[in-house]
Amino acid sequence: MTAHSVPAARQGLASCATCGLLSRAASKNEPGFCPRCGSELHLRHPNAIQHTWALVVAAAVCFIPANALPVMVTNALGSTTPDTILGGVVFLYESGSWPLALIVLVASFMIPLGKLIALVWLLIAIQRGVHGGESQRMRLHRMVRLVGPWSMLDVFVATFTVALVQLSPLMSVEPGLGVLFFASVVVLTMVAAESLDPRLLWDQSEVESSRA
Amino acid sequence: MLLNPARRPNSEVIACPGCDLLQRLPPVPPGGRARCPRCGEVLASSPRDPFDRPLALSLAAAITLVVANTTPLMSLSAVGRHADTTILGGALMMWTQGQPLTAALVAFCTALAPAAYLALMCTVLIAVRRPLAPAWVGQLLRLAEHSHAWSLPEVMLLGILVALVKIADLATVEAGIGLYSTGTLLVLLAALAVSFDPRATWARIAWAAEIDPQRSPGPSAQPPDGTPSP
Repeated sequence: MTAHSVPAARQGLASCATCGLLSRAASKNEPGFCPRCGSELHLRHPNAIQHTWALVVAAAVCFIPANALPVMVTNALGSTTPDTILGGVVFLYESGSWPLALIVLVASFMIPLGKLIALVWLLIAIQRGVHGGESQRMRLHRMVRLVGPWSMLDVFVATFTVALVQLSPLMSVEPGLGVLFFASVVVLTMVAAESLDPRLLWDQSEVESSRA
Repeated sequence: MLLNPARRPNSEVIACPGCDLLQRLPPVPPGGRARCPRCGEVLASSPRDPFDRPLALSLAAAITLVVANTTPLMSLSAVGRHADTTILGGALMMWTQGQPLTAALVAFCTALAPAAYLALMCTVLIAVRRPLAPAWVGQLLRLAEHSHAWSLPEVMLLGILVALVKIADLATVEAGIGLYSTGTLLVLLAALAVSFDPRATWARIAWAAEIDPQRSPGPSAQPPDGTPSP
């Protein structure tokens, strides 16, 4: 094995998550503080797997009411229409703006669901110590972090629709409980993606290559 | 205090934040970027003008943010009635309509986090013009990076556009100055992210351990000297 395929952690070196400075860890379990920026050092995010699992399960639970409950309730001339996320997609499609329907469908339904599946897949791969394909899993992890904030789209759509359409008694829009669950899904999956330390994806290959 | 400028050698040993691979960072030419050979994570970039340009962009973005938050985003007129809203007005309406948590999240991601990010970036970039900047500047930079992660004006802009199309069937909607300012803000923020060099900035900030030895307790974490042998 050449010197440039060595993970820092095995050398007792910790990279500061805040400023990137490489320091010699005081000990494996308590590496101490970064001498440059004063942040606490960790060889890996502490309890990354447990935290990520907890957040993913919480997000999956919230995903059900997020889609079942209405995100907006429209009151027009005495009649009340609840509007779920997928209902909104259908509305956009039927009113002729299918590109927007597609954006909302992807951002509000497929991305959160895809993120949950991807995070579960990454967690299982880490826990089972799957070899090979680290680069693909790394790319998946990077993609999950990149697209994460875009699922907040429907929360903003609901907010600004509610803010603008207040023409009671003619017509008014109220937010539904679904929007709170939906926002929870987005925030929980964003935090879950951050708490999953990508370096864990590579640790198994390290162990294997050092044995070989 | 001589430590910091001297600690900017031509090649520096770092660990990749993505996969923890230990490697020597080569000197990055201006305008270039260095990626990890194993996982492809961007390790360093070297913008041409790493201090003046991001400062100018953050000041411009801060002004644009104020305009975007104080002018109406869009207005609606139907059957002789007129309504308009600002960014925080949208959050406030969400609050009064019984969704305080969602309202707080919207206000945080669209106004508070970008405002904190830009205020902190302006302070940091002014402070590092004269090296060495005191160690508290490092704390501000850390906060700036956290607030950046939760500032989502680009998602908000797309959300507003979708809302505009949805409402367009029911009433006449018009985009306001706030909407155009938000669009401008996005361009400035993207340019700021590209022109800012966190590594060069950290190199101009004094080390916390030199000022407050309490922060590196007991057997203190030490920067490694040279390449560690395997």
